[in-house]
Parts: sequence; structure tokens; C-alpha cells
Amino acid sequence: MDAATVQPAYNGAEFNVLRPIGKNGVTGRKNEGPKTWIEEMRCIQEADSNAFAELYAFFAPRVKAFLMKSGASPDVAEEVAQDVMATVWRKAKLFDPTKASVSTWIFTIARNRRIDLIRKERRPEPEDLFWGPEAEPDQEDTMALQQETAQLGEAMAKLPEKQRVLIEKAYFGDLSHSEIADETGLPLGTIKSRIRLALERLRHNMK
Amino acid sequence: MNEIKHHLTDALLMGYSAGNLPEAFSLVVATHISMCDECRSRMASFDAVGGELLMDAGTSEMREGSLDAVMAIIAGAAPDPLPSPTRRNFNRTFPEPLQSYVNCDIGDVKWRKIGGGVSQLVLSTSGKATVRLLHIPGGVAVPDHGHRGTELTLVLQGAFSDETDRFNVGDIEVANEDLDHQPVAELGVDCICLAATDAPLKFSGFVPRIAQKFVGI
Repeated sequence: MDAATVQPAYNGAEFNVLRPIGKNGVTGRKNEGPKTWIEEMRCIQEADSNAFAELYAFFAPRVKAFLMKSGASPDVAEEVAQDVMATVWRKAKLFDPTKASVSTWIFTIARNRRIDLIRKERRPEPEDLFWGPEAEPDQEDTMALQQETAQLGEAMAKLPEKQRVLIEKAYFGDLSHSEIADETGLPLGTIKSRIRLALERLRHNMK
Repeated sequence: MNEIKHHLTDALLMGYSAGNLPEAFSLVVATHISMCDECRSRMASFDAVGGELLMDAGTSEMREGSLDAVMAIIAGAAPDPLPSPTRRNFNRTFPEPLQSYVNCDIGDVKWRKIGGGVSQLVLSTSGKATVRLLHIPGGVAVPDHGHRGTELTLVLQGAFSDETDRFNVGDIEVANEDLDHQPVAELGVDCICLAATDAPLKFSGFVPRIAQKFVGI
């Protein structure tokens, strides 16, 4: 069994997801808007194991598929995916929906566990910022970041095939940094600006 | 903090976000991000690309009973404590993650002379790229050299200039095969840099070429 046995992307019929599906960029959108998994994360932060089971059912098979596409055997991918999901539970309180979508956050955990458990290397991470005791995440900031992330997904689905393949290769580990183009063609400006504003606000509050 | 003018390339940020840089390069990238909010926010946007690829990677069925196995792992471990970041004294310690590789304050580094007044401390990383701290006294020039691969140079203290521009604290120079340069530390406070290479440098002079055999740069 290898990466070829990975199932095609979930078509969003059961869950209410806004997602680019397949190569033609058809989106599985329902009327209620995109499912962001933020509510489930909030419950997991309060140690709600039912919410965790729901999140697990959706994300664990995706993490496993992602790891297999990155070259892991099914057994290793299974083991690491379990570890990733356990880490999601343990670190749930660190999730902040104004700084990342749930899928972005889980991706970073999966990437770090892959480096640690599969490549057995150390991953130097940037210094933690002093975010300070923050109140509830701002609703408007949360919504805006989720929308921008969804738009990024749509834009990625519309990229020319050749360009999209290169980006996938970069993230699935088939390209070295010197093979990655400096012009990625990805529309990252809005997400970048939003995070930048949040950082500026933080720096201001630190003074 | 002063204004940072020289930033990471998209290729390095994407490689870092994808988790595919050699550890030595990741250390330089992560240290720069610790000093640069612009690149920290760019990194977040590249992480979002990874998140979207995760959503689109398809699914692979988990083994039967996997959720129970995970719940058992969870039951045996306490939740991670929330980190309590402290404000760093920039004059005394290196930014994380570098501090944990060097394991001592800026003033206590055990420098080794590599000739021409320049000293270094090689840091231990896995993978084929190497990374070192360089200490260049004010006014001193690093021997003229070219590159076989990529060289990343991040300024931690002082400043240097070369044929391309001036590099101040927080600035990073990304050099490749196309660049031959001779960095010169500015007069004043000694220049300390974090430099990573994925291939040996090409020194133009004979003496540095001989010395290279002994210092491994």
C-alpha cells in the first residue's frame, strides 16, 4: 500500500464545509456557511471528549493521508496521526482562532511531529511572543481570518495545474528550498496583513 | 528594535513552513522570525497554505479502535502547561531558538579564532548544512568568497557591509552561487552573525583556502 491508496478529497456532502474539491475547483458549499471547527476546539479546550471525537473523525484521516503523501508508510502514518491528535488535545488551549484556522493549526502540529518522530530532527521554532492574558478572541478578527483562509483555499484550487503541483511537492517534501521558486504566485497578502496588524497591536500593548 | 530591511525569501519561508529545510537553515530562519514581525506574519500565511493542502489531501481510514488508543494516550498525560514567555534582555542573551543551541549568554561564548581576527562557534545540527556564530571585530573584513550553495547570514549585533548593501541587526543576507562578496564589519561594536551554509564557501585567496581545511567553513 502506498500514497496511491489515499482516498480522494472528501466531497463535503455530509459535513458542512467550504472547500475546494478536486482539480476543477468545485466547492462544496452549503447555505449555513463553512464549518470552521472553532466551536469544537472551544469545547476541547474545556476537555469535552465528544467534541474531540467529532474533530478526530474529520481530521485524523486527513492527517494520515497527508503523512502518507509525504512518504510515510501506512503504519507510521497511523501512529504519527494518533500522536498528532493527542497533541491537539494537550495543546488545545494554545489554539487562537484570530491567528490561525483549525486546519492551519493542525497542519503545524502534524509538520512538527513529522520532523520529530519520522525525520528525528530538532525543529527550531521562533520565540514565543508575550501575548499576555487575553480575553475572548475577538469575533470579528476570528471571522475575517477564517474567511481569508477559505479564500486562499479557493485560490489554490484555481491555480494552474503545474503551479499547484509544485506547491504540493514543496509541502510533501519532494523539493528542496533551492528548488522552490521565489515567486510562488500564491495570494498570501491578506492573511499576512491581518497577522501583521495583530502583531502590531500586541507590540503596542507591550509598551 | 530597529527597522529590518533585509528579509527572508519566499522560498526559504515556504521550505520552513513545509518543514523541509535542513536544521541549520531552520535555526537561522526561526531566529530571524523571532526578530522580525513582517516575516513572522509571512510565515503564518505559508502555514495557512499547508493547512489548505491538509484539507485537500484526501483521507486515509484510521485503524479500528484508533480513537480509543488516542484517548488512552491522553488519559495518561496532563495537558501541556501554557507557556509563560518572558521579555528578553536583548543585550545579554540570544533570541530563542538560538539561545538553546548556544547554551550561554552573548558575553560567555567560547570563541575559537579562525584567522584574520575572526572567531567562530560551530553549533551542532543534523543534516548536511552547517551553522556557526561568527564574531568579527569592528573594521575587520571576512576574506573575499563565493558560494557553491546557499549561505544565510543573520546579524545579531553590530553591522556589516558588502558589495550589495549594509546589513544591520535583524537583517539577513541570502547569498547563492551568483554572489562573490567580502563582508566588512562596521567600526564600533563588534559584529556577531549567525551564518549557515549548505556547501563549503569558495575563498578567492590562497591563505584562506588553506585555513578552510582546518576551520571547516
